[in-house]
Amino acid sequence: MSNSGNLQVTTPSDREIAMTRVFDAPRALVFEALTTPELVQRWLLGPPGWTMPHCQIDLKVGGAYRYVWRNDEKGMEFGTGGEFREILPPKRIVHTERMDGAPGEALNTTSLTEQGGRTTLTLTMLFDSKEARDATLQTGMEKGVAISYDRLAELLASAAVRKD
Amino acid sequence: MTPSDRLDATFAALADPTRRAILARLATGEASVTELAEPFAMSQPAISKHLKVLERAGLITRGRDAQRRPCRIEAQPLAEADAWLARYRQLWESNFQRLDGVLEELKARATKPGRRKR
Repeated sequence: MSNSGNLQVTTPSDREIAMTRVFDAPRALVFEALTTPELVQRWLLGPPGWTMPHCQIDLKVGGAYRYVWRNDEKGMEFGTGGEFREILPPKRIVHTERMDGAPGEALNTTSLTEQGGRTTLTLTMLFDSKEARDATLQTGMEKGVAISYDRLAELLASAAVRKD
Repeated sequence: MTPSDRLDATFAALADPTRRAILARLATGEASVTELAEPFAMSQPAISKHLKVLERAGLITRGRDAQRRPCRIEAQPLAEADAWLARYRQLWESNFQRLDGVLEELKARATKPGRRKR
């Protein structure tokens, strides 16, 4: 069974981007997969060709985390890291995120709600400035951003419908 | 404009239902301001304001005919924005699909008595 295609991207405000995705697992397991380095290294990857050779997570308030991705073919490396502000297993994680080479930082809030054995994950990224958001947009990994991309999908869908 | 500025302008222009509807109409072929104003409960000056935003973002161009100045949709910025969106969504979709796989393993482990966490 695939959950493909049910990723929702919205923008609660002009400095935020939120993603929502449902997982077919209880939230304790989702929390574990989000916070265990050996598990994070298996799924939080970039575009094809990228791996995460380094993943360090000190899961406590004030603790640091550091992820480093590598693309051997391109000989590129890219990292991001930050500090945990709030940890409420298995329902909420708040941490800062500062990408290598980017000014400013984002505050990422992950919340997990469970219903009938399925978990809804909502990840909200709050950027501290437009500059930070734009710098994020321009990083090699093209990871993170703002503004409402679902609106574009909606537009393109409606344009397609109107064509016939 | 940097690529990032261009994306900003594109998405800002798209962040309005009237402008999206105008673009959807123009996707079917060029149209004058009068023709565009028809389906909306809006004055022509109000529609013209929206057209200016779309024009500045490079999403539409307007013909030279002084009387009619037909508007037509420009594919390039939309294609760029769409390509960007596709990469962004694809990145997270593939991340989350891999997470699905990890979770299946964790569930299998949880239901097998006697198996300990690795």
